[in-house]
Amino acid sequence: MNGWCGNILIVDLDTKRWAMDHPDPEIYRTYIGGRGLAGFYLKDHITRNYDDPAMPLLFFTGPLVNTSSPTSGRMAVMSRSPLTGTVGDSSVGGSLGTNLKKAGLDGLVIRGKSTDLCGIEISEDGVRITDARHLKGKGAGETFSLLPAKASAAVIGPAAENGVLFSSIIVDGHFAAGRNGIGLVMAAKNLKYISVKGKGRTPVHDPEKLLKAREEIYRLVSASPALSGSFGISKFGTGALYDLMDARRMMPTDNFRKTRFEHAPSMNAAAYKKAYAPKSKGCRGCHIQCKKVAKDGRGIPEFETMSHFSALLSNTDMDCVMEANRICNDMGMDTISAAATLSCYGEIQNKTLEPHEILGLLTDIGQGRDEGALLGRGSARYAKDMGKPEASISVKSQELSAYDPRGALGMALSFALSTRGACHLRAYPISHEILRKPVATDRFSFLGKARIIKISEDANAMADSLTACKFIFFAATLEEYAKVYEAVTGHGISGQDLLKIGDAVCKNERDMNRANGFTHKDDDLPERFFKEPGSSEQSLSIKPIDREAFLKARGAYYKIRGE
Amino acid sequence: MEEQFVHFEEQLIAAGLVNPGDALMAFLDEDISWSRPSPDQEFATRLFEGLNINSLIVSKAAEPYQSIIDYLAETADGSILPQDCETRTFLHDLPVALAFLPEQVIPLLKQRKSVIVPGKGLITYGTISLEQSFVTFSSVCFAVFVKFFSDYLAAYKKGVIPADFQDVFQRVIRFLPPPPQFEGTLAQGPFTHEEQVLMAMDEAGKMTIRHRLVDSFFGNISCRLGDVLYISQTGSSLDHLAGCIDPCAMDGSSCAAMTASSELSAHMEIIRKTGHRAILHGHPRFSVILSMDCDVDACAKGDSCYLTCSYKREVSGIPIVPGEVGTGPYGLCNTVPSAIKGKDGVIVYGHGLFTTAPQDFNLAFSRLMTIENTCREAYFRRIGRSDPSLSE
Ligand SMILES: [Zn+2]
Repeated sequence: MNGWCGNILIVDLDTKRWAMDHPDPEIYRTYIGGRGLAGFYLKDHITRNYDDPAMPLLFFTGPLVNTSSPTSGRMAVMSRSPLTGTVGDSSVGGSLGTNLKKAGLDGLVIRGKSTDLCGIEISEDGVRITDARHLKGKGAGETFSLLPAKASAAVIGPAAENGVLFSSIIVDGHFAAGRNGIGLVMAAKNLKYISVKGKGRTPVHDPEKLLKAREEIYRLVSASPALSGSFGISKFGTGALYDLMDARRMMPTDNFRKTRFEHAPSMNAAAYKKAYAPKSKGCRGCHIQCKKVAKDGRGIPEFETMSHFSALLSNTDMDCVMEANRICNDMGMDTISAAATLSCYGEIQNKTLEPHEILGLLTDIGQGRDEGALLGRGSARYAKDMGKPEASISVKSQELSAYDPRGALGMALSFALSTRGACHLRAYPISHEILRKPVATDRFSFLGKARIIKISEDANAMADSLTACKFIFFAATLEEYAKVYEAVTGHGISGQDLLKIGDAVCKNERDMNRANGFTHKDDDLPERFFKEPGSSEQSLSIKPIDREAFLKARGAYYKIRGE
Repeated sequence: MEEQFVHFEEQLIAAGLVNPGDALMAFLDEDISWSRPSPDQEFATRLFEGLNINSLIVSKAAEPYQSIIDYLAETADGSILPQDCETRTFLHDLPVALAFLPEQVIPLLKQRKSVIVPGKGLITYGTISLEQSFVTFSSVCFAVFVKFFSDYLAAYKKGVIPADFQDVFQRVIRFLPPPPQFEGTLAQGPFTHEEQVLMAMDEAGKMTIRHRLVDSFFGNISCRLGDVLYISQTGSSLDHLAGCIDPCAMDGSSCAAMTASSELSAHMEIIRKTGHRAILHGHPRFSVILSMDCDVDACAKGDSCYLTCSYKREVSGIPIVPGEVGTGPYGLCNTVPSAIKGKDGVIVYGHGLFTTAPQDFNLAFSRLMTIENTCREAYFRRIGRSDPSLSE
């Protein structure tokens, strides 16, 4: 086979043994890799509890990884989400995926539960299950420093070890499989880290065709203002979106009670650039290099983190945002859920948190102590316990990211319908509702949005399966990626046929959620968005979402999905 | 949806791309909406069933496009390969179907955004909105026009013009509208308020489209006021700029202009280099055609002239430079700004024309039009005849 290695490593932590699975080539062509193939390995286990030792934790790459395909350094991490109870997954960058492929693996399935804290070390010489008791309670940063040199690694921090429901897995220091509490599944297996080191090459069917297909994508990337423009994410990181969200009056502020943060102009990506003179980094195999790292080694917050730790908490201290980001990454917890849980806490306690309170509570959450132990269960459970469920701005118990749905109705629909709880990435309608790509749509209208969301979900499921970065789809389409796929694997396919596979990937996830009792009733938004307006200005009115229109569009979506 | 159908049909007709009543447009959300009743609805329904899309345009093109499409389709080997920038960047190639049958058309639409059916016209689709179908329709017409006239010029120079090519060419040039003329004046600078700038941009944008110096959706325009550069947004239409102009802080203190035109960097650099305040960028066809007509025989560049060129080329004193859309290593932001200083404009190889003016759009617009008309004259001179629309 070209593109794929033909090997899936199965590690059993109960028996400390490992085995190799060799899926039929037809399975690869049907599920592609990444999120699609991981979903195939998950579906028979999805009704288990996340901490059932038999529940698999899956790390899957795609056929394009470890080739010269554009933005192919990513991978999918999947299991059942401890936070939402739905299918749980995150796409993560860095070079872990590339190293898995270099070690001859398309994916890694981890089963069982170790009696003591352990690590998994994978190299071309084989698999070692190591004693990791000395790493107990250590932060991600320190853990990385104690791991084998030159390997790529995924680790959990104290948050996962202390049962935080939104704990993440940190990859190669700066990259997070952030959402859904996937880190807690790793902790439930008593697994502190996975390190992978490989040297092999992934065979490509037609290198010359790949070069040409790559050129066509690079050309589109250069033509994309959002990616390559003077104010695009290559120059400023994803934080470039910050000013735009402010300008469009859809920056979630004060726990989604406002959509405008008056201090935004001094807390934007340009301000971080000025204050921290960051250098660019990125995933292996990507030329966009959207990750920004300050001189002192701290990562510049991604857009979501930048927005939620400032506007959502009404916080004007930029260094506090930097520190909050550092603490979350070191503790191994999702910045979006962490910030939104704090803002829910602020609303319930009726106070604006001071910077030292923000940082103190974050540390308490990670350590599982005092009020932190309550907040570590996420905003939905906390707000319910406090008798104010309406203060949790979440869908299926996962907190919304930094796009206020009243300012983009496609986003509203896609937050509600996402298979992993509130998620902006499943369909990313911001692309057309705000960034005008591939064309602009009316952000205040539901017209056509049901089908658009469905098609975009399919497309993004495919991006997560190939595995490519979703940002590149601001510029390229599956039409161009089909050519890359064909050059790498030798299997001719069209962009439209890739979409069809994406449709099957989404259906599988919706089926899995149904098996766990999720119904259409769960595909809904917090009441606040239907009752309260956002922050309007003279020429721009941010109204509450028309519930009837929302329900009608949601109904159309189900019909289009065939449900 | 009705509103959108009317809007895009008007756009297609105004641009001379389709004749009234010819375009069938369809949009699918939960159910299909149609722009009009048509026997082709059954065909279009089959396309919706076979593809994951939400909009379609099926239409014969207006003349001269339909003649051009039919000729190129007939002489192409399954797919037409124009060399202009829009095709290279967005369309890649233009597949031709043998017959107006779903089973012929669907496999091709799975690969590309458009399909040409000889005698029947063009089929284009969108996955987000009807606008995508419209943009592709318009891009295909632009691409085939440029290719047809470029091919004819090349054949003429070689001294071998097939008889049927000659016939079609004779027919096609009779459909050319006369060269654009404009006697009036546009809003006069210097501008002191944002509203003046926005109105001036709106006016100049509309004039550029009305005089067919760019297809709707492409092209861009900017104007400086103080330390703010007002620039059209990416994917905006120059004739519908209301709400589609980004104020861009020239000191880089805000990224709010992230949605600005992909040529923002070029505009910024042009402003810095020339000290001018108004910039207009269109895709006038004969300027594009002539930019690709190169007499250097011994050039080793092959087909990469759009990336780099080691010769100083020009047409009637207007420099021709290489450069791709945007900011890549071969981006036109690296070539246009240095070439435009002291000139009336700059033509980007296979792409379009930039013009500037010190205060307002009067000079920028008249330069855009004059350069295009000069190129059109030069084109007919190069093929040894005069522009038929002028000789009558
Ligand atoms: Zn252009």
